[in-house]
Order: sequence, then C-alpha cells, then structure tokens
Amino acid sequence: MLSVSSLMGTAALMAKSDDVKATVEWAEHFQGNYRLMTDAEKTEARARLERRYSAQYSKKVTVDCTEAAPGVLMGYALNIKKCIGCRRCVHACTEENNQSRGERPGERIEWIQVLRMERGEFTKERMDQGYPEGLGIQVGGNAYTPAGAVLEGQYHYDPKAVPEKDANYMPIACMQCEKPPCVKVCPVRTTYREADGPVVIDYNWCIGCKMCMGACPYWARRFNLTTPVLPKEAMNPVTHYLGNRPRMRGVVEKCHWCLQRTRQGRYPACVEVCPVGARKFGNLLDPESEVSQVLARKNVFRLKAELNTFPKFFYFYD
Amino acid sequence: MDKLFSFIADYTRYVLKGGKMFYAWMGILALLIFGMLYVFYLQNTEGLIVTGMTSQIHDGLYLANLVFLVGVAAGAVTIVFPAYVYHHEGMHKVTVLGEMLAISAVIMVMVFVFAHMGRPDRLWHMIPPWGVYSFSSMLGWDVLVLNGYLILNFVVGFWYLYSKYTGKPVNQKIFMPLVYLSILWALSIHTVTAFLIAVNAARPMWFHSMMPIRFITTAFAAGPALIILIFLVIRNTTKMWIEDSAIKLLTTIVIWCLGIAIFLTLSEIVIELYARTEHANSLYYLMFGLHGLTRLVPWFWSAMVLMVGAFILFLIPSVRNNMKRLPIPCAMAFVGIWIEKGMGLIVPGFIPSPIGEVTEYYPTLVEWLMTLGIWAFGFFVLTILLKGAIGILTGDVKLAAGKAGEAAGLAANPNTAASA
Repeated sequence: MLSVSSLMGTAALMAKSDDVKATVEWAEHFQGNYRLMTDAEKTEARARLERRYSAQYSKKVTVDCTEAAPGVLMGYALNIKKCIGCRRCVHACTEENNQSRGERPGERIEWIQVLRMERGEFTKERMDQGYPEGLGIQVGGNAYTPAGAVLEGQYHYDPKAVPEKDANYMPIACMQCEKPPCVKVCPVRTTYREADGPVVIDYNWCIGCKMCMGACPYWARRFNLTTPVLPKEAMNPVTHYLGNRPRMRGVVEKCHWCLQRTRQGRYPACVEVCPVGARKFGNLLDPESEVSQVLARKNVFRLKAELNTFPKFFYFYD
Repeated sequence: MDKLFSFIADYTRYVLKGGKMFYAWMGILALLIFGMLYVFYLQNTEGLIVTGMTSQIHDGLYLANLVFLVGVAAGAVTIVFPAYVYHHEGMHKVTVLGEMLAISAVIMVMVFVFAHMGRPDRLWHMIPPWGVYSFSSMLGWDVLVLNGYLILNFVVGFWYLYSKYTGKPVNQKIFMPLVYLSILWALSIHTVTAFLIAVNAARPMWFHSMMPIRFITTAFAAGPALIILIFLVIRNTTKMWIEDSAIKLLTTIVIWCLGIAIFLTLSEIVIELYARTEHANSLYYLMFGLHGLTRLVPWFWSAMVLMVGAFILFLIPSVRNNMKRLPIPCAMAFVGIWIEKGMGLIVPGFIPSPIGEVTEYYPTLVEWLMTLGIWAFGFFVLTILLKGAIGILTGDVKLAAGKAGEAAGLAANPNTAASA
C-alpha cells in the first residue's frame, strides 16, 4: 500500500509540476488509518496535507503529529458556580479549531454548548403550569431551524450583559470518556482514545456513517453536512493531524482538548479565554496539577455517570 | 462450463424479452433510477446538506428504509423454512422466488447504506485487507451478515435454478446445509440490525432488549405480506401458478407475527407512559408531540390504524380466504410496518437530543427522490430475477434437448396450461 500510495503521490506531483494546487492529491484518497501508518507514511501524509492546506488557505500551514507523552493523562474540571455564561469559550474554540462558520443552516459548527438554564424552575408561580411544563422550558431556536426547544437549557442566547439575574449556566462539550461509546461503535476504528486521554478522529479515515453520533450521550459530535466554510484569513494555521486541521465534507468532528496546544504544554483555548477561571485543565497523573487539586478537594461530579462512560471532564463547585 | 454459458445466455435472452407492459414498467423504474443517480451526485458534491438531516437528527429516511428492508430480506425465510423444514409442497415449488426477493432486498439495503454515508467513496475503509474491520462495531457485524446473506441466497437460489435448467438434481449433501444456514442467517441479519439501534444507551427510546424480537416479528409480517402481493401478481400476469396452500400459509404467518408485533408495541406504550420518565419523551413526541412539535404524530397514528386495521381484516375469513380481497390487508400491514419501523422508530430516537433539544426532521425532495429511486432499483432487480426464475420454473428456459441429453420433466406443472 505504501509503495502504491507513494507512486500515486509522485504521479500527482509530476502532473502538477511546480504549480501546487489546492486539490486533494490522489495519494490522500488511498492513505491508511493513521494509527496503522508507519512513521514514513505519517511523514508523507503530513507533508501532503501541509502542501494542500498551505495552497488552499494561502498561508504556511503546519500539521503537527506530536504523539502522546508518557506519564500524561489529560483531565478537565469546570466550576459551574463560577461560569457567567459569556460564551467566550464557544467563540475561542471555534476560532482555534477551524470549525465551519457559514451562514446557511448546517454550516455552523460549535463544539461547546453553554446551556442557559432559567432559575426559578420550582417557584410558586410555575407550579400551576401543569405537567410537564414545570420543567423550565424555553421555546426558541436551535442550531439549524427556527422550530425547536431545548428542554434542559438554551444554548443560543444573546443577552446584553452576563451573568443574567435569572439564569445559571452549564457548559458542555466532549467529555473525553475513558469508556467512550462512540469508539466502540466505529466500524473503521477511525475514532479512538489516545494514550494521553482525549478521544480523537482521523478525519481522512472517517466514512461518515454517523454511528458515533448516535452513540454519544453528550451530543458532542458534529457532522460536516457540507464542505466547511472557513475563510482564509480566519483559518488557524497551527494545526494537529488529530486535532484542528481543516476537515472535509461528510466527516464527523468533535472537541479534542486542543491537541495542537496541549501536546505543546499550553492550555486549551477555552481554558485560556475564560474570564472567570471556571475552567481548569491539567495532568491527572500529576498530583500537583490544578485539575488534580480540584479533584482532591472540591465537590466533584460527572455528567450522566450512570452510563459508565467515565468522563475525564469533571464538574465541581466550591 | 458450456452448460453454464448457455444458462447465462438463455437466462439473459429470456429476461430481456417481454411485452409492452414489461418495457413500460422497466422504463418507469429506469427513469426513477436516473433521478436517484442525480440526487446521489448532488449528495456527493454538495454534501448531505441537501437532505433534511442535521447534527441533531442525523439519521432519517435512509436509515429508516434500510432497517425496514433488512426485515423484508429476512422475511424471505418464511418461504424457505416451511418449504425445507416442514416440506410444505406448495411452498417448495416457489421457494426460489423468496430467495430472489431476499437478494433484491439486500441489494436495496446496500444502496441505502451508500445514500446514508457521508463519504461513500471511503467504503473500502471497512473492508480488509485494504481497510480495517472492527469486531466491536455493530455496523461492522451488520455489513458482514448482510453480505453473507446475499451470497448465501445467491448461491442457493441460482444453484437451484441451474439444476432445474440442466435437469440434473442438486447435490443434496451440500445444498441442504446451505439452506439451513441461510435460515439461521436470516434471523441473524435482522437481529444484528436491531442491535445496531438498540445498543445505544444514549438513545433511551431504542435502548431496550425488546428490539430484536420486535424486529423479527415485524419482518415476518411485512416480508410475507409483500411476498403474497408479489405471488398474486405473478399468478395473474404470468403462466406460473402459485398454489393457494402456499398463500394461505403465508397469510397465517403474517397474522401471527402482526398480532405479536402489535402486542409488543402496546406493551412498550404501557410501560413507557405509565412511568413517564424523561426517557419516554421520544415515544411521547411520536404519539402526541412534544412542546408543540407534532410532525411525526400523523405518521404514528396512521401506522397504528393500518396495522390494527390489517390485523382485524385478516381475522375475517371472507377477506383472508378471498384472493381478490387479500391484497388489501397485506398492503396495509406492509405500509403500516414501513412507517412504524422506519420514520416511527429511527427519527423519534433523536428527539429530544441527548442534551434535551427538541428539533424536527423534514425529509427533503432529494431524500424522497433518492428513496423512490432505490425502491425502483430494487424492483428493477426483482423483476429481472423473478422473470428469469419463473421462466426456468415453468420450463420456458431449459437446456436444449441435444445438450442435456435427457431433459427432466421440469415443465410438468399441471397448472401451467390452465393459467396460460
């Protein structure tokens, strides 16, 4: 397979001579599953992608292939009491990770949802509204069509100022489960748990069957219904192969804890941008890390713990 | 080898020859198939954005049809089983027609898989040695059992036809084990399809162990219901005669399985709505709507009316035993189950989403054209397969006497002359 793909790569290069076009090279169609590639194949795939992206976005794009470091298990903790619902994390994530941001329904992808939950669900005035309206429901838009309601909380809200008096906030994203149901159902093993914790996707190997989306209990996965809309000037050129490199039409994507940053010792974009310090990130194997300290001292819980997915994303409150 | 070539040649020649009705029928189907090819092109240039699917509801009409058609394919076993295990005379003569239906249904399933996928160009990723096969994935298992079923039915069906053609009986020692295997295999394809849906703990509506038996019963109602309709068409339009006893046995199977299917649906409704936890939201949405969104409510109730109505009609002897009236409950059961198992099962599983978002699904024109086209393609294949099989069963197609030496009395069907 290696020889065939390299031959095809050569053929594609020869056909194009010096003029590097932003087209997908033939060899990209025939490259293997990232996890099974040899180092040589990985280097080749990386170079191929860097060529394509650089031409496509008219800037020098790097595709990092840094592997998981030994002795690292990433963990995340979020202080729900501190969150003010400003949604800066949502926007920082979108910009950092090259998500699609078009205007048409289905062209906008966000990995973080800050669920705005109305306070006063159980107040006296609401008791007479009957069942099941007493849940505290807001009827409003959803990501794609205006007809929709979110039972647990609204995530597209646009207040003048945050925090709002009558709301509290519950940010969610991929929980990076230790036993991820999405990984179990993938028929081509393109999504898997990396040694340092995050669940990642090889976008070039994904067949778009969407089984993982059906299996995820946290609605963390998004489907590229069309070629992602990513303006050249807004594209983040610092990418990771399993992370924020631009995706193609018809594949699934999700949060990967900013591998392009965290494997280089930096914080994920959402942690960095949070103005109130509600988000903590670090190495679970290091007892001195922020996240380990939180787990040791605070009141901690996981979302939908009854499903035995064992998230590495923890919620806590003071 | 010569015999095989002449089989293929004779078969093809017979299948291509037909009257005006035949060409008109195939022409209409071909038009629909071209429509399908166009929307398939659209889906693979524009993306699945041309469908009504979203990140919230990412499986729709395609997966619904896929699930239903796996059931139709498995339903063919309602002919094979009585024929070979119970040695039912009338059924034995037409077993091969059931196998042809199974082949067409599995082919339709596979085309629906293509329609459903975001990247059909990467299908090879799941086929070793080029791709990676995952034993932990139910979809992987589904692909495996479906392909196995296709091959089994192709081998068993065409081997039988070939033996009829040459007049040389099949080698029972190899043939019969294959038949028994195909019977078990039919159960496996639908069980695995049920697992595919039911193992998702993230979707409470699907996450219950009743799914496999419900799939089997609905399959063994919808499958033979379609087979009865096809048999009646064959009886009326070709010189092949299908005995009443075969149709009556199939009717009995449909009644029993439809009854059990209705019972299982009612059980689910009672259990879910009695406790009425949040996990019942999907079913509640399906039956009554949730927060003013009621798009699937008419689908559900029409499915209920069709299924229960068909069941009652089936119980009336003057309907059941009258070959002119029998198609009515059969068609009702078929359509009712198509809705219940398709749109009524797949779509509400996503409503509300795991974070509680209630959105609705609107199949677009692209999806309807695609669905129509794939069904047309299925019927195109089915027509060819049935025509060839009937030609051989009635003795119209057989090895020329000179080549065969002694042609066995295959055309000795006493009803042939009567119906022709």
